[in-house]
Amino acid sequence: VTKGKLTLLCDANTDGSFLVHHFLSFYLKANCKVCFVALIQSFSHYNIVGQKLGVSLTVARECGQLVFLEGLKSSVDVFFRAQAEPHPLQFLREANAENLQPLYEFVREALKPVDDGEAAWRCPVLLVDDLSVLLSLGMGAVAVLDFIHYCRATVCWERKGNIVALVHDSGDTEDEENNILLNGLSHQSHLILRAEGLATGFCRDVHGQLRILWRTPSQPTTQRDQSLTYQYKIQDKSVSFFAKGMSPAVL
Amino acid sequence: MAAVATCGTGAGSTGSVVAAGSKNHVTSFQRRGPRASGSDSSYSRLVSIAGTRPSVRNGQLLVSTGLPALDQLLGGGLAVGTVLLIEEDKYNIYSSLLFKYFLAEGIINGHTLLVASAKEDPADILQELPAPLLDDNFKKDFDEEACNHKTAESNIKMKIAWRYQLLPKMEAGPVSSSRFGHYYDASKKMPQELIEASKWHGFFFPEKSSSTLNIEPCSLTHGYIKLLQFIQNIIYEEGFDGSNPQKKQKNILRIGIQNLGSPLWGDDICCTENGNSHSLTKFLYVLRGLLRTSLSACMITMPTHLIQNKAIISRVTNLSDTVVGLESFIGSERETNPLYKDYHGLIHIRQIPRLNNLIYDVSDVKDLAFKLKRKLFTIEEEKEYTLNDLYKRLHLPPDLSDTVSRSSKQDLAEPSKLLGPGCGVMAGGKKHLDF
Repeated sequence: VTKGKLTLLCDANTDGSFLVHHFLSFYLKANCKVCFVALIQSFSHYNIVGQKLGVSLTVARECGQLVFLEGLKSSVDVFFRAQAEPHPLQFLREANAENLQPLYEFVREALKPVDDGEAAWRCPVLLVDDLSVLLSLGMGAVAVLDFIHYCRATVCWERKGNIVALVHDSGDTEDEENNILLNGLSHQSHLILRAEGLATGFCRDVHGQLRILWRTPSQPTTQRDQSLTYQYKIQDKSVSFFAKGMSPAVL
Repeated sequence: MAAVATCGTGAGSTGSVVAAGSKNHVTSFQRRGPRASGSDSSYSRLVSIAGTRPSVRNGQLLVSTGLPALDQLLGGGLAVGTVLLIEEDKYNIYSSLLFKYFLAEGIINGHTLLVASAKEDPADILQELPAPLLDDNFKKDFDEEACNHKTAESNIKMKIAWRYQLLPKMEAGPVSSSRFGHYYDASKKMPQELIEASKWHGFFFPEKSSSTLNIEPCSLTHGYIKLLQFIQNIIYEEGFDGSNPQKKQKNILRIGIQNLGSPLWGDDICCTENGNSHSLTKFLYVLRGLLRTSLSACMITMPTHLIQNKAIISRVTNLSDTVVGLESFIGSERETNPLYKDYHGLIHIRQIPRLNNLIYDVSDVKDLAFKLKRKLFTIEEEKEYTLNDLYKRLHLPPDLSDTVSRSSKQDLAEPSKLLGPGCGVMAGGKKHLDF
């Protein structure tokens, strides 16, 4: 498990959520402490898929390994009744929320190192599914970039942990805010995983193409970034990858 | 499958919807199967909610959309707890028909309805619902049609016409109201006594807009806030979120929202490109939260063809679970195109959710067209035409020679231009035009 890295997950014309499920189960199995900001699906959805991939989110949550912010459920709480204390999704109630500070505070608190020496987890991990939703909820791209910046400072640099976040690539739909967010994050990321739908359209045996790009954001770009491309097919409990054109269905 | 935990711990709970970390939350996304905490009786109580069935794929609880053809395309039906977004056709003819089928299905199954509209009074909408086709009447009509058909195979009873060999034939017609999915006669109205026996709540925006808001102003428009409060109120009051555990019989809440995003709701995204870009998406998000925590299913029709800012459409799609687009041929050049004369329009399945799963059920066929016959709304794959079919349709003399004369090539070039814009649909036909 490498440390201090920001991994960007991105999907264009397809559903990249299988990557989120993968990283969630990967880090839980690697004994890391995970803070999962799940904005777009319910807890039980991730739990059921997680079980197929070999982890139990319920157990992880109960023993403190996983801190799960269930965005959908919390949004109902926040929206319909005023909260006594600041809530991570406070911005839902506000007309012009400036920033995502309450959400950042939540993350910082969740990944606070435990001092009492028991059950030491490996590095802390922040997982976000997905950041584009924050734009739909009224936050500007700059606010979201600031949020990630703060999280990076705390999680990656201070606590030597990792961040994995998903952003949709809206392609040609002229979503400027989303493009700003995507480009901004791409420049900051160490690793970019981009799931793309096939240019030729839907195919039963090849669900899409995954581009992997390794970057070194801090160094000047004199050296080439490494990249690889695979095609993949998603199955019930796993995803199989193969080189372009080498799908078992074709050979 | 859903709310097994609720039934088990129901006795001790306080019924508060939003207790943090409560074990009382109801989601329909829990897998069926042996569970330590649940009891068999609670599981069977849940599965026996009228008008629902578990999905074959992942045990997800499904309800019918009111159109068995559409149910099949969506992998069995509409999942409880999700949103089905219908992108309206240009004149809102077929989308409002689908809306009515959805509500009619709710009445037949005894579900509670919540009808929201800014254009029509919900009471009027309910009066306009199509009548269900009952056993004997349907059979009689089928027999009549059978005499007119020359085909030996009884595929008149097929409503979906793709991959005959691979898919099992659909059962013919409605049997009784304990079935999943019913057929409706668009030319007759739902009997009054059925409407009166049903439980429904109406939200007619012009009536509600005057009452005061007790929520802080946020970027949502007034109409959306009131609608959300209304929905949340019904869900809570009637226990669809599991907050009234002493209720014996669980039921589904069917929410139908018409023309969401149109100016009648107070939203300006259809009027200007720089409109309120977050109101609708925020609404959809909170709605999704409400749905995921209750036994409800929602159909929304939206005039997406009017939305000026395309970015909003993609955000709306991402916030909806299932998205189906309707495109009618009325008023378009295709209406008179002989190649399309069998159909009234196209159906585009734009998005199907992957719930509790890495994969989803998706049919291989993407090119689907619909037609509204006297009684029935059917969906079929676009036919592939052989060259001779094309000649027949276009009333051209069949040309058996390899070389094609200049004049007939010209005639074929015209319709191929018409095919152009819809070439995604008629891919099969087009390739046969290559010489």
